Amino acid sequence: MATEAPAVPAAVRGRAPRRRGRGTRSNENLAGWLFVAPVVVILGLFLLLPILMALWVSLTDWNGQGSPFTGDVPFVGADNYTRLFAEDGLDRRDFMTSIRNNIYYVGIVVPAQTVLALGLALVVNNRMLKGKGFFRSAFYFPSVTSSVAISVVFLFLFANSGAVNKLLGLLGVTGPQWFADSRGVLHLLLGALGVDTPPAALTGGGPFGLSWWDWFSGPSVAMVSIITLVIWTTSGTFMLMFLAALQNVPVTLDEASTLDGASRWQRFRHVTLPLIRPTTFLVVTLGLIGSWQVFDQVYVMSQGDPAKTTLTPAYLSYRTAFRDFDYGSGAAISFVLFLIIIVFTLIQRRVMADRDPVGRRRGWWRRRAPEGS
Amino acid sequence: MAVLTDRPPVAAAPAPRRRRDRRTLVSRILGYATLVFFGLVFLYPFVIQLGNSFKTEPDAAANPLSPIPDPLSLAGFERIFAGTNFPLWLGNSLLVTVLVTLGRVFFDSLAGYALARLTFRGRAGLFAGVVAVMAVPPVVLLIPKFLVLNQLGMYNSYTGLIVPLLADAAGVFIMKQFFESIPVSVEEAARIDGASVFRTFWSVVLPMAKPALITLTILSFQGSWNEFPHSLVAVQDPDLFTLPRGLADLVSGSLGKGSQYPLKLGAALLATIPVAIIFVVFQRYFVRDANDGSDKG
Repeated sequence: MATEAPAVPAAVRGRAPRRRGRGTRSNENLAGWLFVAPVVVILGLFLLLPILMALWVSLTDWNGQGSPFTGDVPFVGADNYTRLFAEDGLDRRDFMTSIRNNIYYVGIVVPAQTVLALGLALVVNNRMLKGKGFFRSAFYFPSVTSSVAISVVFLFLFANSGAVNKLLGLLGVTGPQWFADSRGVLHLLLGALGVDTPPAALTGGGPFGLSWWDWFSGPSVAMVSIITLVIWTTSGTFMLMFLAALQNVPVTLDEASTLDGASRWQRFRHVTLPLIRPTTFLVVTLGLIGSWQVFDQVYVMSQGDPAKTTLTPAYLSYRTAFRDFDYGSGAAISFVLFLIIIVFTLIQRRVMADRDPVGRRRGWWRRRAPEGS
Repeated sequence: MAVLTDRPPVAAAPAPRRRRDRRTLVSRILGYATLVFFGLVFLYPFVIQLGNSFKTEPDAAANPLSPIPDPLSLAGFERIFAGTNFPLWLGNSLLVTVLVTLGRVFFDSLAGYALARLTFRGRAGLFAGVVAVMAVPPVVLLIPKFLVLNQLGMYNSYTGLIVPLLADAAGVFIMKQFFESIPVSVEEAARIDGASVFRTFWSVVLPMAKPALITLTILSFQGSWNEFPHSLVAVQDPDLFTLPRGLADLVSGSLGKGSQYPLKLGAALLATIPVAIIFVVFQRYFVRDANDGSDKG
């Protein structure tokens, strides 16, 4: 089926001898373009063109007044970019802080949601349990709700006298003031070990204007609540992907290894896991791509506070442009973020394309699809 | 626990039947326990949300965990409708969602059909473009979108809120894949009978594409109903706020004094209900979408 369409092109352009009548092909040429025209216009006008415009703006000092495309707007070359990396100052500190925050965020969210999703999928895939359909839906439901609405709920859950702290209280733990607490988790752990003040070796000169002590802060307590929210909302989607993969694992293989005396863990480790590896890879890369884009939750829950510990590059670029009216810097941050994300996307597409020879037969687009987007 | 971990490896000689049964029972109980635990983790926040939206403020602050309002209070909901612009946001959200969904379903299937079935100059390049566009992370488009809307004089208008969302690359991709999976013979028959390309598409192909159209409708509905960042950079006037935008505005302090959690939770609840209904009714289409991704063995 799929071979039908790609088989025809080039060769049959102009006049197809097997078609009677006048210029069916050129007809189709016109029809084809008419059919795609609305999409081409919308995506071109509101996606490609704006990217080019932003690229230009990132080279200027436009402050939001008038049009950025007149001679009055100062052209500053790569200044907006070098300020993020090479010049010591507030811009670089904020940007590097946001990068640090996002690295910790990614470092926790991606492994945690992957493991949770796989765990949930394994339980839901258990043949012996009833009512799995209900639980599958329950786990997936948070994924389809509005990020803003869910953030409101989690603001309440993590409020000072909210549900989470009440639960912790039942366990005898005094919960923190989540959204006011800028202390880094790693710093807190070190504090528990008796290291309250940064050792002299770490107070000075880390890379990019942040001290080593700052780089090694870990996510702040406030960030932990956002991390919890995101793991909670995204695991369901990835669970479904794992579930589909698990359902393709032949039952006979599982049974055979049971007869061979493999324990449950051995079966999981040496039979299931290798078989679903492509899906694991997909889930991890989609997670990497998605978690560099965290924005809505930060906007609603913390606005980058406390002490900039929930600032992420996406939110920083928004704030720089729309609150500080420094559109050039904001756009530059966007492009750096774009680069980070596109690297993961390219790795994913490349690996997915090189992988399974089965996909090769099914048509190349199948293997390149950026799923879930 | 212990029963599971310290059991001897099932060696060549199978364990006595009774032991095996007991082990199955234990693992089944553990399985249900896990399901129920995570069921609570994933659903209880919604229960809390529902319960607390009907509470008085002091009650919500004192007993956030309890799902039962005591006393039952409708004050939060009354203030949602009387004290905020909620009805306006709701109207805007409905308008945006309906138009965007219609637009996406129509334009995406047109383009998907052309890319799947029609031979025209530049088709391969166009498709590569669609695939490339899908890789563009939406969040880096915030400033770019503002720039173009500003430049075209569409900033702060319904046009700016709606038109940029009328087509999406992922939808085109879904439709193209679907059209490629249905047999070509029927359309060819129609074409030989002299039907025009559009006629064939409209009366022959589209009716066959119902499952994909439903999927696309649901995805578009859910996507545009929940859409937040776009409204953030497209409009500024509170009269043009959609629900997520209005909700975010409520939370970030436009309410003034007090936390007013029952009100906020109630507003968030109302904003969630339409998608929740669609989810319950059309669940299998949601599931299909998520699974499209892993379909690559």
